[in-house]
Amino acid sequence: MRGLIVSPVNVVALRCGSAHFSPKRSVERFMVKGRLAFPKSAGVIFVLVVTFVLGTAGLGKLCNAQENQNIAQRGRDNDDAEIHVLPVQGNVYMLASAGGNITVQAGKEGILLVDTGLSPMSDKVFAAIRTISDKPLRYIINTSADPSSTGGNESIAKRGSTIAGGNVVGTIGASAGEGATVIAFQTILDRMSAPTGKRPPAPEGAWPTDTFTTNEKNLFFNGEAIQILHQPAAHTDGDSLVFFRRSDVVSTGEIFSTTGYPVIDLEKGGGIQGIIDALNRLVYQITIPADKEEGGTYVIPSHGRLCDQADVIYYQEMVIIVRDRIQDMVKKGMTLEQVKAAHPTRDYDPRYGTNTGPWTTDMFVEAVYRSLRAKH
Amino acid sequence: MGNVNRYKYLGFSFLLTMLLGVPAFGQMDPTGEWENRFHEDEPERIPGPEIGDYLGLPINDAARMRADSWAATLLELPENQCRPHPSDYAWRGPALLRIWKEIDRDTQKLVAYHTHISWQAPEQTIYMDGRPHPPDYAPHTWQGFSTGKWEGDILTVTTDHFKEGWIRRNGVPRSDKATVTTRILRHGNYLTVVILVYDPVYLTEPFVRSTDFVYAPQQEIAPYPCEAVDETDRPQGVVPHHLPGMNTFLNEFPAAYGIPPEAARGGADTMYPEYKLKLKNMKTLLRPEGRHTDR
Repeated sequence: MRGLIVSPVNVVALRCGSAHFSPKRSVERFMVKGRLAFPKSAGVIFVLVVTFVLGTAGLGKLCNAQENQNIAQRGRDNDDAEIHVLPVQGNVYMLASAGGNITVQAGKEGILLVDTGLSPMSDKVFAAIRTISDKPLRYIINTSADPSSTGGNESIAKRGSTIAGGNVVGTIGASAGEGATVIAFQTILDRMSAPTGKRPPAPEGAWPTDTFTTNEKNLFFNGEAIQILHQPAAHTDGDSLVFFRRSDVVSTGEIFSTTGYPVIDLEKGGGIQGIIDALNRLVYQITIPADKEEGGTYVIPSHGRLCDQADVIYYQEMVIIVRDRIQDMVKKGMTLEQVKAAHPTRDYDPRYGTNTGPWTTDMFVEAVYRSLRAKH
Repeated sequence: MGNVNRYKYLGFSFLLTMLLGVPAFGQMDPTGEWENRFHEDEPERIPGPEIGDYLGLPINDAARMRADSWAATLLELPENQCRPHPSDYAWRGPALLRIWKEIDRDTQKLVAYHTHISWQAPEQTIYMDGRPHPPDYAPHTWQGFSTGKWEGDILTVTTDHFKEGWIRRNGVPRSDKATVTTRILRHGNYLTVVILVYDPVYLTEPFVRSTDFVYAPQQEIAPYPCEAVDETDRPQGVVPHHLPGMNTFLNEFPAAYGIPPEAARGGADTMYPEYKLKLKNMKTLLRPEGRHTDR
């Protein structure tokens, strides 16, 4: 409030401006030995002031710091176990839930899903899909092997069907058409399955049925080109971005989230540079904003709200800045404990950090550190 | 008799103030063309804030570190060049302002007020029809989602669903979790907009500021197209910033203005008049030669 000029139009600002107004301090100015004390001549003035304040209804509410606490609590209805359907644009919808977002593309040819959510949510997911379309489920694309991506595979895939005929049916029988096709990068199948005779991490019915090992796999479904873009060494070694070109929507899987730092699973081939490469691809090659850096290509994150390019840019900048800081510390020969003690994410922790749950701030810092140490 | 006279006097005073003090309960009309006035916080608004000037901002350590790390060249990146000011800041910028009503054709009821501001042409919609705010998973925008209601003669606007923005244009952030209350008041040909920012991520107390406009019915606002260009030959994926402890510009502001560096770091205390007492015991830096300021 530097330079504030006192004038009638600014009186409200003076009363409420945080530089000038404190309800407690205002009262304290009238305290004598802990009791309210007014000058004797204040009787008439008191009546005038009270009457004026009562008459100017509304002014008294100007400084109510409590009111926005109510706002902060409003609209938090995706913190429960419900599935919420959000039309994005074109053929694409977002199913929002606390367990992770699912992308639905629906059209005349059927339904395509990107990820299937946690296993216990499958019935609710399918019920939500049916509010969008009654067409058959044809494809599921898994962006990673995580339970939030593949948990519903078995239950949901078997409710769909694959278009099969000709030589395929002739060779392997009518079962070729049973269940939706589940597409994923090869390493996802590798992680969910096991050699014959060994117990697999996931039941066979949940496994991808159509894998790829190239940089990109393309589909054309519901009148739309769909690019499945492999992102090596990011969250894991099997991540994919799924870009719906006509609808202009991209589903990011675990590459991007609005609720926390990126999860980097070093054991499964993940790394900080892969995350950055994927975010750079989103920013520079896939998303194009509309007017005023807003809208245009929409981005469905693994967790959190529907986004656009500007939201991804903030996240990309955060990840790059944290990478640069830790890289500088690695170059200086700092140990992991020294790096953690330096709190290189301190400015972003109130927004993305947590000390509890499956992916803490410490775990993120450690993953970045080990990822960068491995390069040197 | 003395008591009777006193009561008469008090009664007369009561009636007088009721007559003079009660505002009109009819709603003022905020619509029209408005021209901004920059006398308030002028140094921050016209030449722009100094690097490292966090005075009077109720920020926490995280916000301070974000701002310390911020490099102005971040704004050179093509992807950042066409960002408009968010609706909690846009009033402060080069802000020729237009406000107009949206009326439902069939019911003739007020649906919303719309604002248009000259720089980058952001437009805010303030819904007046009682609709709820969207759920958390809905997109966030630069202008946020706003609903308004009349409180006496004041238009009170509640906004959430922001993208991340800024408290001050020197890197002090305002998070996407913030909510904002805006009070719009009209006094004849003056319009005052009071913004109260509540940010659980970067503020320890609400941040309040006001901005004034003058009625300007002949005003014409030029269009503001924006096309990003390559200002610097910088590889994609490079984000300008200062590493912790490496921002050598931070002491320039307190040195040039004779302000204790500790005070320049901001925080809720620095908003209050009582802080002047603390300033007396703080040391200032030597003013650098060749740097002059009359502020």
